[in-house]
Parts: sequence; structure tokens; C-alpha cells
Amino acid sequence: MSEFAIVLSIVVAMLRASTPLVLAGVGELVTERSGVLNLGVEGTMLVGSATGFMATVATGSHLIGLVVAMLAGMAMAGVFGLLTLSLLSNQVATGLALTIFGTGLSALLGAGYVGIPVTGLATIVWPDLSSAPPLEQQVLLLDPLVWIGLLLPVATHLFLSRTRAGLVLRAVGESSEVAHALGYRVIRVRYLAVLFGGAMSGLAGADLSLSYTPMWTENMVAGRGWIALALVVFSTWRPLRLLAGAWLFGFVTIAQFQAEAIGIDVSPNLLAMLPYLATIVVLVAISRDTVRLRLNAPAALGKPFHAGA
Amino acid sequence: MTTRRTLLRASLLAPAAGTLLTRGARAAEPYRVGFVYVSPLADAGWTHQHDLGRQAVDAMFSDKVKTSYVENVPEGADAERVIRKMAADGEQMIFTTSFGFMNPTLKVAAQFPKVKFCHATGYKRAENVSTYSIRFYEGRYVAGILAGRMSKSGILGYVGAFPIPEVIQGANAMLLGARSVNPKAEMKVVWTSSWFDPGKERAAADTMIAQGADVVTHHTDWTAVVQAGEEKGVWAIGYDSDMRKYAPKWQLTAVTFDWTSYYTNEVRKGMDGTWVSDDFWGGFYDNMVVLAPLNEAVPASVAAEVKAASDAIAAGTLKPFAGPVKDQSGAMKIAAGQILPEKDVEAMNWFVEGVQGKI
Repeated sequence: MSEFAIVLSIVVAMLRASTPLVLAGVGELVTERSGVLNLGVEGTMLVGSATGFMATVATGSHLIGLVVAMLAGMAMAGVFGLLTLSLLSNQVATGLALTIFGTGLSALLGAGYVGIPVTGLATIVWPDLSSAPPLEQQVLLLDPLVWIGLLLPVATHLFLSRTRAGLVLRAVGESSEVAHALGYRVIRVRYLAVLFGGAMSGLAGADLSLSYTPMWTENMVAGRGWIALALVVFSTWRPLRLLAGAWLFGFVTIAQFQAEAIGIDVSPNLLAMLPYLATIVVLVAISRDTVRLRLNAPAALGKPFHAGA
Repeated sequence: MTTRRTLLRASLLAPAAGTLLTRGARAAEPYRVGFVYVSPLADAGWTHQHDLGRQAVDAMFSDKVKTSYVENVPEGADAERVIRKMAADGEQMIFTTSFGFMNPTLKVAAQFPKVKFCHATGYKRAENVSTYSIRFYEGRYVAGILAGRMSKSGILGYVGAFPIPEVIQGANAMLLGARSVNPKAEMKVVWTSSWFDPGKERAAADTMIAQGADVVTHHTDWTAVVQAGEEKGVWAIGYDSDMRKYAPKWQLTAVTFDWTSYYTNEVRKGMDGTWVSDDFWGGFYDNMVVLAPLNEAVPASVAAEVKAASDAIAAGTLKPFAGPVKDQSGAMKIAAGQILPEKDVEAMNWFVEGVQGKI
């Protein structure tokens, strides 16, 4: 196998591993830029992967599965929005509760669907995948969700920096009082941002259950929701940096297996630790620079808003 | 007759042992058997095979035995709680079906001397704790012969969960099998550090396929590796269960296990009072290791070779760990003409020559 083929396969594996992180991460980034901290990403992803999988099994259509996953994610986010935005409950506690709730709910919903085989999204889009020549096959493995994962951060970056709606969203996240005084509907903007975040988390979950490992099992998200949350801080709330961060995480995940399979003499336990070690190192590095952290973090992040308060 | 005292006792005991009173009341009480599973029940995999055994017990003894199970029990402190709860609830025989349940099982067994425990794949026993296992490596050796014949690159990929003897035996036996027909065969081994993480299993399989492995297999509890083979058009060998429905075109075979005979025998012994703690090993000889039907693409000559090897292992004439065998460093581990003693197989912590990977 040529050097090029190996590099290509590493890049493809990295992109596939990072896609769910990018989708969920961008969703959470938009949510946080509006000033809302939703820690329910993990639970929302699980509900998305379960419902998306169930819908695909029931209808035979991956597209319907993806749409259902997004709707289910929005429903979870809607509950979160209702509690934190309308009823002013604590965002941190509510988000954690949402994750615990989503973990249980997805296990309950998906109980009868464990072990049912579905075809992976890549094979659905490219039926000749398994017989394609090696190089071509690598490119074909990049299914539409991978491409969405590449385009979404760019689109989000343009939205936040170049459009009026994006500026309004950021204003709400920086100072909800000022935005309110200017006549923007703070709560409505935040609802929309939260719903978008939910839809993206749901889609990220469905990427796992319909594309990356086409199956449903309990707790299959396996902490990726938390990594997506960490990525938002890692990226200092910038979509393009988030994309780079997700690639880094995807690469570190793959690197463990690459190193082992090539036969590099490193402890597998150390390699398995790397993604988490990288998270801690980056978070510490960012947090040391409090000024920069404060400059980048949405000023109203996590603060409830009540008109007239 | 119910007195106030028994009512009081019932209410006190209800949470811990709700069945205690009812057991005294009825004469022909069914024999109670509990199973502790490490992963969720699914249509394939390690736990599925154990549950087939449980269902066979149900079917064979019908209303004379009542089985129950708890699925998805993590290996650790939680396991002890689950096992203790089962014993306290009145299960008379408890099967704990994962290596990591070893210490919790022994701990609870010491507290419930009348309950009989059987722990799968462990090595610690007690008066009321048996161990049982299957010589998984017998199936691996034969699958290795098949892999060695079908592989074009001569590189096999093996996704392991943890570097424990059970997994290492499998990898070694498979490569020895492959080398018996293709002396140049090599094997890459990577670890996922989890019995059950589909994403990691997938990434590991993708990586090995990209690096030239054209037969992949796994020693984990899920189907992600054979699915990777199916998607990429690479031979895959399933484990635990026949995984053909996950890889209809590309599953070569699967090394599957049938625990039925062990479970029904132990339950029968438990019921008639002849159960004693022992160490049981199944294999090809008692049909506890079974190869799933071979892929249609396997030539008849290779199929015959595979069949002959399975029969020879069942008859005891072929031993997977027979010398000469060298380890990764080239040091002779099993001298020519020697057969590795059972206790050394059980404690295996070295890879044979030709394995790329680290323990």
C-alpha cells in the first residue's frame, strides 16, 4: 500500500471520527453564543441516535431517520428551553438532568432495537462501496454527513460574523439587557438557538447510529457529547477553530490504533488516554489566560434573562 | 394462618427478600437460577450466547426451574451489588458470565454459602464457586487456517478488548492456525480497552484494513468489526455469534459458542444435590465451540481442511499450542514436540512470533 493511500486513509478515518463532534459542537456553540449553556448534549445525542435508528428501521429510509433524529433533538432542546428560558430554572442543573433523562429515555425507546442491522449511510449513497478500488473507496466513505460536518462550521462562521441575524444572536449572548432595550426578543432568539443546538445534537447522534457504526446500542454515544461541550470552550466559541479542534480529537482517537497497528512501541493504555489528556491540557492552557477567555466567552453565558428584571 | 408477627416480618423482609415467605408456603417451589450479563441483550454477541443457554434451561425444565437475569452490569462495584441482590432475592444458583465479575462473585459467595455460584472464564474457585469456560482458542485456530487460506496480503487484523489471557490465546491461536497453511502470515492486534464501544471497534477495524489487513476479526462483544468488513469488502470473522446478518457478503465464518449443555447440566446437578465446585472447560469435543457455516466463496478444499482440523482438535490429536512456537522476540516458548500445559495456556501473557502489537 502506498504512502499516499495510508495518509488518505488516516485523513478519512479522522474526518469520520470527528463528524459527530463537529455537528454537536457547532450546535452547542450557537446555543452558547446566544448566552445559554446546555449541558444536555450527551443525552440529546443519545435520543437522536435511538430515534433516528428506529425511524430508519421502521421506514427503510435513512433520510427520514436523520430528520426524525433532528426533530427528537429539537424536542429535547424544547424541554430544556421551556425549563430554563420560560421557567427560569438553573441552566447547569437542567442541562445535567437532560443528559441523565436522555440516557434513560434512549435506552427505554431503543430497547427493542438493539442488534438490528441497518446498512450504513455510505453504502446507501454509494451501493458499490465494498467493490470499489481502495483509493476510490476511501473517498466514497465520506458520506453526506461528513460533508455537512465540513460545511456547517464555515456556514456558521459566516452567519455569526456576516449576517444581521447572527449579530443579533451574539448581542443577546453578550448582553441580554442591552439587546432587550434595543427591541430584540431575547427569549425568542435564545429559543431558536437552543432548538438549533438540539437539532444538531440529534443529527450528530444519528450520524453515529446510521453512518459511523450503523446500529443502535444503549449508551453508544460513549461520552462524545461531553467532548463536544469541551470543544466549544477549546475553540473559544469560534466555529472554524471548533472544526480544527474536532479534527485534532478525531486524529488522536485514530492515532491510538494507527500506532498500534503499525507496531510503534507505545503503551496502548497511554494511547487510549490521549484524547482525554489533550482535553485537559487545552482547557488548562486556555483557562490560564483569563483575559482572553473573558474576551471570547459570551458575557451573558449561563445567565437567565427575565424581561423587566 | 397469617399472624401479626409474620406480617411484620414480611414487611421488614420485603425489600431484601420478598420471596422468602412464599417459598415456605409452597411445597413444589421451582429451582431458582440467576444470570448476570455484562452487556445489553442483543441479537448477537457474548451475552446473547449465554442467554440462549438460559433459554435452553427454561425450555428443558419448564416449571421446575425459574430463571432470571440482569443485563448490562458493569464490571466493578455495581456487579457486587447486583450479585448480592440476586442471592438475597433467593436465587439458588447464580451464573456470573464475565471475567470481571470474578472478585465480586467470590465476595458475595462467601456471604451466601448455600447459594451455588458459577463464574465464567475466571480462575478463582471456592466451596460454592465453580468456574467454567470454553477453549475459545480451538475455534480461533481453525478460523486461522481459513483466514490463512483466504487472505491475499497475508495480514490479519485482530481487534481485542483487553490484553487478558483469554484474548491473547485467541490472537495467538489464530495466527498459529494461519501460519500452519501460510508461514508468512502476520497479524496486527489493537486494543479498544472496552468490551463494548462500537465507535472504537469500528475505528480500530478501519485502521487495520487501511494498513493492509484483509481478514479482520474481533474479541469484543459487538458487531462493528464485521460491519466494517462488509462495508469495505474485506473478509471478516465473527465471534461469539454467527454475525452473517451484519455481513451477509463478507463474513467468512464465525467462532461461536454454545453454553447450553453446561447450563442444563449444572442446573440439573444443583436440583438433585450432586453439584460440586469444579473447573469446567468446553471445546470442539462437546460442541460448545461451533464454527458458523462458511462463506460460499470458500473453496471446497479449504472447507475440507477446516473440517478436518476441527475434528482433529475434537479428537485431541491436534493441539493448537504445540511447539515449536516462538514469541515476538524470537525466544522459544514451546519446544518442538512439546505441548503447552493447560495452566500456561490459562495464564498466557505473550504473543507468538508474527504478531504486531503490544500487551
